[in-house]
Amino acid sequence: MITKQVSVFLENKSGRLNEVTQILSDAEINISAFTIADTSDFGILRLIVSDPEKACEVLKQNQFSVKTTEVVLAKTPNQPGSLSKLLKVLSEGGSFIEYMYAFSMEQDSATIVIRPASIKKCMEILQSNKDNFLFQEGEFLL
Amino acid sequence: MIWNKKIECASRDEMAAIQSERLLSTVKRIYHNIPSYRAKMQEKGILPGDIKSVENLKDLPFTNKTDLRDNYPFGMFTVPMSEIVRLHASSGTTGKPTVVGYTRNDLQMWAEVVTRSLCMAGVHKNDIVQVAYGYGLFTGGLGLHYGTENLGATVIPISGGNTKKQIQLMQDFGSSVIACTPSYALFLSEALQEMGIDPESLNLRVGIFGAEPWSENMRKEIEAKLKIKAIDIYGLSEIVGPGVSCECTHQAGMHVNEDHFIPEIIDPENLQPVQPGEIGELVFSTVSKEGIPILRYRTRDLTRLIYDKCECGRTLVRMEKCMGRSDDMLIIRGVNVFPSQIESVLLEMSETEPHYLLIVERQGTLDILKIMVEVQEQFFSDEVRELEALRKKIRNNIQSTLGISVDVKLVEPKTIERTAGKAKRVIDNRKI
Repeated sequence: MITKQVSVFLENKSGRLNEVTQILSDAEINISAFTIADTSDFGILRLIVSDPEKACEVLKQNQFSVKTTEVVLAKTPNQPGSLSKLLKVLSEGGSFIEYMYAFSMEQDSATIVIRPASIKKCMEILQSNKDNFLFQEGEFLL
Repeated sequence: MIWNKKIECASRDEMAAIQSERLLSTVKRIYHNIPSYRAKMQEKGILPGDIKSVENLKDLPFTNKTDLRDNYPFGMFTVPMSEIVRLHASSGTTGKPTVVGYTRNDLQMWAEVVTRSLCMAGVHKNDIVQVAYGYGLFTGGLGLHYGTENLGATVIPISGGNTKKQIQLMQDFGSSVIACTPSYALFLSEALQEMGIDPESLNLRVGIFGAEPWSENMRKEIEAKLKIKAIDIYGLSEIVGPGVSCECTHQAGMHVNEDHFIPEIIDPENLQPVQPGEIGELVFSTVSKEGIPILRYRTRDLTRLIYDKCECGRTLVRMEKCMGRSDDMLIIRGVNVFPSQIESVLLEMSETEPHYLLIVERQGTLDILKIMVEVQEQFFSDEVRELEALRKKIRNNIQSTLGISVDVKLVEPKTIERTAGKAKRVIDNRKI
């Protein structure tokens, strides 16, 4: 499925990440996943949260530079080879990936967060390759 | 040696008489030839006849850099172009360059004041002077050049840069004097060290350093590293270039060649003269120039004047090393930089006014300008390469406008201090 990811601009200085999580905690927003892309000067915190709109709003109120980006969430079996398989399909289908990260919360599945150059194209490829990804009786798309 | 004892050791009364006579004719020349300055005088209700002596200098209107720019290129000249034999100009980093035209007499006068300066520095006709200031529109190279020739010393017109060659000529030609910016002098000393050349093996004795602010500590460092006497020389292209003032070997303030350039110190806020000996903004009136005489030019340099007789015997008034600026101009590696220039570059890149802070640091002998820019909503991308591209774009745009490379650091919104009054845009951490 497609979901909204919240991105926050962070300077590399201590305490900033803590402030973001505190603000989200005060607003009762749950964080499902996050990653930080960092350079020597700054970082970009990317979050998958329970309420992206609200997260954006409270962070903006606290004067953070925030934006939302659409990302694709894909579910794969939690076993060797499934990420490779997913990437192969996307690559062969011509979907360029800007960045991605993943987390595995359940025993049998993992969730991959993909930021493709084209959401539409990525979804099309995943849909049309659905059958290749069957694990147990399930869907691979969340 | 004192080059022009009669003038340089004149009594205060004698000097005032020379200044008064020259001032009167300069005021007339300007009033009759420069409409914009005439209008300023009329606005104040002053006619040339009201100026009786140098005492009346304070009644005249000021001249600012903008006056020169508004009259670009030749509007402030008081002689026809047929009498102008040389043009010099500032780098023009803040807009149109300021253009200065010299008549044959102006060039002679300039050579005279530079010759006096060299003598103050202890240079004599047997010296070999390596002029490593830039030649060209910048006044440093040619100014020192003609002064050296006028003295009868030998000049090596090598101009700036090309460090290996500089050192080779020092060795081969036995240069005894080096004239360049103080930061380049330090650079030279480091190059010598890297090349394993003992400065004692060179013939260098004196350094004539100017064109950028430098400290007593830097003087000590240069003197220790190059084994020379480091002398401070001051000038600005609007007045004449180097030779407006220079230290003598006692290194206790720069003697102003005040028979040609009358210094005043004013309060930059209320524009009134300060008490003698107090710090304020340095103002110059040229009283012998033909091409482009200027009355009460506001240099924006902060300093004080010392009227006591110097141990060297000269009575010429001395000015202390400049302690800063009355405007926010920075000098970075010899280039004049106004925060407003950086602001306009940033403004051109976005619809909204960006907030920024300039931090100047000295790393080794090099000035580093860091620009902190707040990443506003409209700048923010969640992709690192786009933010890096933004940073690079800011850096390139500033470099192409100012001609110097800068570091750009992206910071979070609202992290640059807001003030109700004048925004604090510059933190200068250089120990000058």
